[in-house]
Amino acid sequence: MTAAPSIELSELESDALTELVNLGVSNAALSLREMVREEVILSVPKVSLVSREEAIAALGEKELSRLVGVHQDFEGDINGRALLIFPETKSIELVRAMVGGELSVEDMIELEQEALAETGNVLLNGCLGTIANQLGRSLRISLPEVIYGEGSDFFAPSNVSKGSDRVLFIYINFAVRQRNLQGYIAMVLDMPSLVVLKELIGSFIERVAGGTASASSDVC
Amino acid sequence: MTRKVLIVDDSKLARMSVVKVLKSLHPDYACVEVGDANQTLATVRQEAPDFVLLDFNMPGKDGLTLAAELRELNPSIGVAVISANHQIEVIERARATGAVFIRKPLTAESLASFLAGAAGQDKLAQ
Repeated sequence: MTAAPSIELSELESDALTELVNLGVSNAALSLREMVREEVILSVPKVSLVSREEAIAALGEKELSRLVGVHQDFEGDINGRALLIFPETKSIELVRAMVGGELSVEDMIELEQEALAETGNVLLNGCLGTIANQLGRSLRISLPEVIYGEGSDFFAPSNVSKGSDRVLFIYINFAVRQRNLQGYIAMVLDMPSLVVLKELIGSFIERVAGGTASASSDVC
Repeated sequence: MTRKVLIVDDSKLARMSVVKVLKSLHPDYACVEVGDANQTLATVRQEAPDFVLLDFNMPGKDGLTLAAELRELNPSIGVAVISANHQIEVIERARATGAVFIRKPLTAESLASFLAGAAGQDKLAQ
């Protein structure tokens, strides 16, 4: 048995990735805010590198019900899959938030897939686009696809991330308070992409913070 | 005239990037960093900064709550909330506390404008 290749992020690299995700999701939330006409509340993002099994377990701990997700694959220097996930019971709320309460339940069910794909497209493109810009790389992003299922269905190996046993699990909770709507964003990257990402993050750190030394509760 | 700036952000990298921008504008300014939002008020009492730069999205206590507490503690301190989340509700809440809203990523222009504006207000108050 060969040991699985491993890659770890330093505290600073993890901070940098969190900052990038925060920038990306914040920009995406502004677009979502326009769609639902209400403030989108964001949690502090948590970024971790975990195995597929751990990602599935983490999702299972947070959500007991069936889930609905929108995923988009991205390709370029970094290949992977970005996912927007929320409880299936909330998806009709999302449609209602987007189109207003005027439609019949039948119409809303009909529009559900479209609304989910559109929301995923706006959030994931906004997020990926911001991160790619900050890292100075361009990504080709596929069309959104809606899937229903459990944690294991979302993190199943895909064409772009096959052979990868690591999931860059970005957990950010977004909520629209009046609508009682919330969800998560996750990203799956293959191992070569994680290596590239680590390098790009190094350049990003040098660019935004190069030449400074820092310590908490300290004079700089 | 040299001034003291307190930087509050749970992310070490974010604090480093703020320091970099600040030092590019005012190499002579002193700065103090806090990584835990809950230590902010104690550090302000101890260090008496002229300006406080707060991250919005932090575990424990967010930047807007801290901004309101700081304004109550000492209204003469120039307070800015730095956030990538620039939804109108967040900007309005920051302004309602008397803090200046600065969008992330932080630029030299936006920080310079805040520091100059807050210093101007300080003079008016005197």
